[in-house]
Amino acid sequence: MAIVYVDHKPCEMNPEENLLHGCLSHGFKLPYFCWHPALGSVGACRQCAVKQFRDENDSHGKIVMSCMTPAADGTRISIADPEVVAFRAGIIEGLMLNHPHDCPVCDEGGECHLQDMTVMTGHDYRRYEFEKRTFRNQNLGPLVNHEMNRCIQCYRCVRYYRDYAGGNDLNAFALRDRVFFGRAEDGVLENEFSGNLVEICPTGVFTDKTLKQHYARKWDQQFAPSVCVHCALGCNTDAGERYGTLRRMVNRYNHEVNGYFLCDRGRFGYEFVNDERRFRQPLLKGHTASAASARHYLDEKIAQGRVIGIGSPRASLEANFSLRTLVGPDHFYSGMADHEVKLIRLMIEILRRGPMRTPTLREIEESDAVFILGEDLTNIAPRMALSVRQSVRQQPMEAVEKLKIPLWLDFGVRDAMQDAKGPLYIATPHGTRLDDVATATFHAAPDDLARLGFAVAHALDSNAPAVPQAEECPLTNEIAGALKAAKKPLVICGPSCSSEAVIQAAANVAMAAHAALSFTAPECNSVGAALMGGNPLSAAFRAVRDGYADTVIILENDLYRRAPHAEVDSVLKAAPHVIALDHLPNPTTEKAELLLPAGTFAESDGTFISSEGRAQRFFQVCTPEKEVLASWRWLKPNHWQNLDDVLRAMADELPQLAAISDAAPSSKFRIAGAKIPRSPHRESGRTAALVHINISEPKPPEDPDSALSFSMEGTPDQPPAALIPFFWSPSWNSIQSVNTYQKEVGGPLRGGDACVRLFEPSPRNGQAYFSAIPASFQPRESEWLLVPMYHIFGSEELSLQAPAIRELAVIPHVAINSDEFAEGMEVEVTLSDGTFRFPVRIHREMPAGIAAVSVGSSPLLAVQLPGWGKIARAK
Amino acid sequence: MKSNCDKPLTERMRADGSVVDLQAYERAGGYQAIRKVLRSGMTPMAVAEEVKQSNLRGRGGAGFQTGVKWSFVPRGKDVPNPTYLVVNGDEMEPGTFKDRVLMERDPHQLIEGAMVAGFAIEADIAYIFLRGEYTLAGERLARAIAEAYERHYLGKNIFGSGYSLELYLHLSGGRYICGDETGLLNALEGKRANPRSKPPFPPSVGLFGKPTVVNNVETLCCVPHIINRGATWFQGLGRTKDGGTKLFGVSGKVKHPGLWELPMGTTVREILEEHAGGMRDGVKFRGLLPGGASTDFIVEEHLDLAMDFASLGKAGSRMGTGTMIVLDDHTCPVGMTWNLTHFFARESCGFCTPCWSGLGWADRILKAMEEGRGKPGDLEKLEFQTKMWAPGHTFCALAPGAAEPVQSALKHFREDFDRHIREHRCPWS
Repeated sequence: MAIVYVDHKPCEMNPEENLLHGCLSHGFKLPYFCWHPALGSVGACRQCAVKQFRDENDSHGKIVMSCMTPAADGTRISIADPEVVAFRAGIIEGLMLNHPHDCPVCDEGGECHLQDMTVMTGHDYRRYEFEKRTFRNQNLGPLVNHEMNRCIQCYRCVRYYRDYAGGNDLNAFALRDRVFFGRAEDGVLENEFSGNLVEICPTGVFTDKTLKQHYARKWDQQFAPSVCVHCALGCNTDAGERYGTLRRMVNRYNHEVNGYFLCDRGRFGYEFVNDERRFRQPLLKGHTASAASARHYLDEKIAQGRVIGIGSPRASLEANFSLRTLVGPDHFYSGMADHEVKLIRLMIEILRRGPMRTPTLREIEESDAVFILGEDLTNIAPRMALSVRQSVRQQPMEAVEKLKIPLWLDFGVRDAMQDAKGPLYIATPHGTRLDDVATATFHAAPDDLARLGFAVAHALDSNAPAVPQAEECPLTNEIAGALKAAKKPLVICGPSCSSEAVIQAAANVAMAAHAALSFTAPECNSVGAALMGGNPLSAAFRAVRDGYADTVIILENDLYRRAPHAEVDSVLKAAPHVIALDHLPNPTTEKAELLLPAGTFAESDGTFISSEGRAQRFFQVCTPEKEVLASWRWLKPNHWQNLDDVLRAMADELPQLAAISDAAPSSKFRIAGAKIPRSPHRESGRTAALVHINISEPKPPEDPDSALSFSMEGTPDQPPAALIPFFWSPSWNSIQSVNTYQKEVGGPLRGGDACVRLFEPSPRNGQAYFSAIPASFQPRESEWLLVPMYHIFGSEELSLQAPAIRELAVIPHVAINSDEFAEGMEVEVTLSDGTFRFPVRIHREMPAGIAAVSVGSSPLLAVQLPGWGKIARAK
Repeated sequence: MKSNCDKPLTERMRADGSVVDLQAYERAGGYQAIRKVLRSGMTPMAVAEEVKQSNLRGRGGAGFQTGVKWSFVPRGKDVPNPTYLVVNGDEMEPGTFKDRVLMERDPHQLIEGAMVAGFAIEADIAYIFLRGEYTLAGERLARAIAEAYERHYLGKNIFGSGYSLELYLHLSGGRYICGDETGLLNALEGKRANPRSKPPFPPSVGLFGKPTVVNNVETLCCVPHIINRGATWFQGLGRTKDGGTKLFGVSGKVKHPGLWELPMGTTVREILEEHAGGMRDGVKFRGLLPGGASTDFIVEEHLDLAMDFASLGKAGSRMGTGTMIVLDDHTCPVGMTWNLTHFFARESCGFCTPCWSGLGWADRILKAMEEGRGKPGDLEKLEFQTKMWAPGHTFCALAPGAAEPVQSALKHFREDFDRHIREHRCPWS
């Protein structure tokens, strides 16, 4: 640690960092714009100026930018020196010359870093008397709104979008005080992480366009800590609500998981919660029913016996467990297709046995050689793709460090690094968005991908089984060499090829390379649902068809996404009574005799287990009509009073899940006797909110399940990480207030990040190499091997109900490399389960004999793939 | 070789302005320096040392010791390659036209200078980054480079020495900021011409991230002569401790505006009165910018100062590029200051706040003042802005340069500014 004297006060600072970082970590109110903990320093805005003194005898000093000056031991600086105070005032005055001062009509108002910094600097009088520059704004698509007149030219947007996220359709144009940050022409921002611009932009140039549709100020919203439901990575979010509608999602910093950034599906997929078609009341035989009569019907059916329950990988552990308890473990069935469960259990087993560690997203970012086997990350686990994109900088950064360039000096690092990239090898059936930073790619059928994996493992360790005809696997030695030479090698795999061999091959590579091993998973609680267990779904279908079950309770699950249409049809037809719990109509709920309105993540508390094996709690933010309940509340036995009781019962019953109780403090948790407020302070108080209905103030809703209150009253102190509903601290109204929640800026949250990891094998553990190596793929004369293809917008069930995401959804298609077909041509794909019609997209990178088919929004399901089928021009 | 030569840079130039081609250049002793270097077994370090001994200082305006700059380039087997030499021919400083003459009239001198410098820093590739508007220089340089390649003076294994150098001519898209050495490197890489953070400095991280030296045209033109005639000879050319000759130019309402190669340290008065012939009849001298638009005004009392890197500091100014712009009593000092500030505001790359924001503001204040809309308090605002543009306050040297004419005009011509505000008009219009 270095000692830096700030206005004569000795402060311990990290000498590997700059002075701004150190000052902010110590809580000094030093204003800044262009610097960001994830982006480093460039010295553009000049707002963070301090006076630096040579030694204790130097009274003159010189103005330096704190973000561009190392926090070297013995450095003496002043923030309060009058000359530098005047300089900073001059900078903010300069930044504000052209700013429209339109805070009252700006969505950023009240949570604007520019507002905060302007107040912090003390600038309050406008001396500029000339015309302001104006720009024409652009339509950037349904997610991000553009208002360039508010721009202060800090360059954060392009640095994030281009340098960090790898986008290339946002740029800085023109010069002087007319730099325009936008696209060459109007159009949807192409990068899958464009929504982070909303939080990266220190003012209202880039704002959340979905929030704009139902706008409320930050201080008027009520927030709850949440966990993203749109993939299995478990990014931490805060959900904002007002008047019963969910207004937006913001990033909830978790040092180990999502850091500062979310993907666009995670940020903008939330609007399904507000869908007009949401079930708000129970439906009994197609008619609305009271909660009491619905419950009576449910009790009656349970009493009659012969009830089975089908769980769900998108419902919480608590909901699945309550159903399991209600129907009994013997009658509880997994909500996933058998093959999928098998793959996920295989992954869990591998991670449990170890010694390979399942890395956090931050550790993925720090990996210095990555081998991706089978996964199109950007479309399956998007946030992980963003982490992998950073990982390719690791090896070049070592070279930069040798040049004695501090790693926080972003432009210096990039100038030195240029286009150098560390090893990233991607082996997938078709091209992926990460290919642009890959060292090499290999596109092949799943069996050949598995063979490559096995071959790499053998090249690394001769004890790993050898691959017959291994000469057919290109890149083997190159990949093995890169992994071997790396300090932090990483293998990424998952179930997306529906291939056990691919997963086993990845495990072999990770074992042989002493690498970390990260698996993706299909849905937000796939891993949790697999850990909970249950009989196979096919057995549930059999039980119904064979007449062993009279009542089927289906928890938050559209079975038509789990098995071919005809099969589900026949099962639901055969079941005398179907009871479904869900949020939105789907083909399964249409068949339900009793439909119970289940709360979404925004109306429920619960726990998901991410693909990393991290148990994370989400909390209710909306207080809906009393008929909309968390699924576990509909299903739980009477003697369970609240969430704590569910968790306790689950810990008793299922020891493998006992640890999840610690994912967040219990409902009894208090800080100095007070709960944690969900609402930020506001000057006007809460009494006016419902005054148009009733002048007397209603009692705030009680929350028996958590330590959070539905109110702005409660502790003013910082809550534990799992219970942070919003980031705010005095003088820091914007999301940049995250700084004040961290011990060291950019590091873990004070008190530690929320963390219950279920897979922590000892490094001494071991498991035998897998040896079932498939034969190499043989293309067929008149058939194609169809493999699933996922889309960030279009393959995930819930986000597809959000209008903004639906607008961007990829049209389901077949990707193929063949001269037989032309781009856009309609074809018929015939499998054993039927014929499906798709347009064709030509993918020249794909190997012969295989075709990739969009899944998730097309009638063809992932579970039916890979499979052989015929493709012919549509008549 | 003549040792009494006192105009090494310009002596071969033809009065009619036509180009000195390869044959003529060689007849006049050209390409002897590079032959000497490559054939006599001089080491790159020895060449750099000779230039260091000559005390040659950068002629682009900053005056950094050339030999010292070259010594920063990492050498040896493990250094990243290639190493680049970049010739800064992006001469865009208002009032400056010295490099243009060197490139248009005697392009081989620059090529030979680049070759010697390239050898000294062990460069593999050299670029001449040329101001886009210098089309004639572009044509003549392109032809000269072709001539040099034809004779195998450039390319692989030059003079059988084993040293190879590829030389390319790159025409700028045209912005003042490309003249900043790191803005230039970004432009050459095809990026926005924003200057880079320093450190890292170009000798360690330069063009495409590789070791790079950026030298001004005039600087490199001195190099062959230092090699031919020696460091001591070069030192002796100057009248003060800065060695060599310097191209000095004068523009404005003088009798004979022009450009002359004179000993370093020649006084301002001598240049102005003997070479430029003094002021035109009927106009009086009021002040001058000694070295391009981004230097402080000096006035009558400073005219006996020597034009070298140190002396003008006494007057709060600097030699800059050595090409003066003269202000006379028929020209409005506010209008001139506005004109310069307008240029700098327009050329700001838009990166750091004091520059993009402050220059635009100052531009508008000066315009309003010149148009009779000045207000009390405007001068204080301008003074405040010039402090915001101080070196170290901004990202690069553009705004500190822009501050120099403004702050010195406010000092020397304060009453003229006050009159504009008081009288709500420009007294010269």
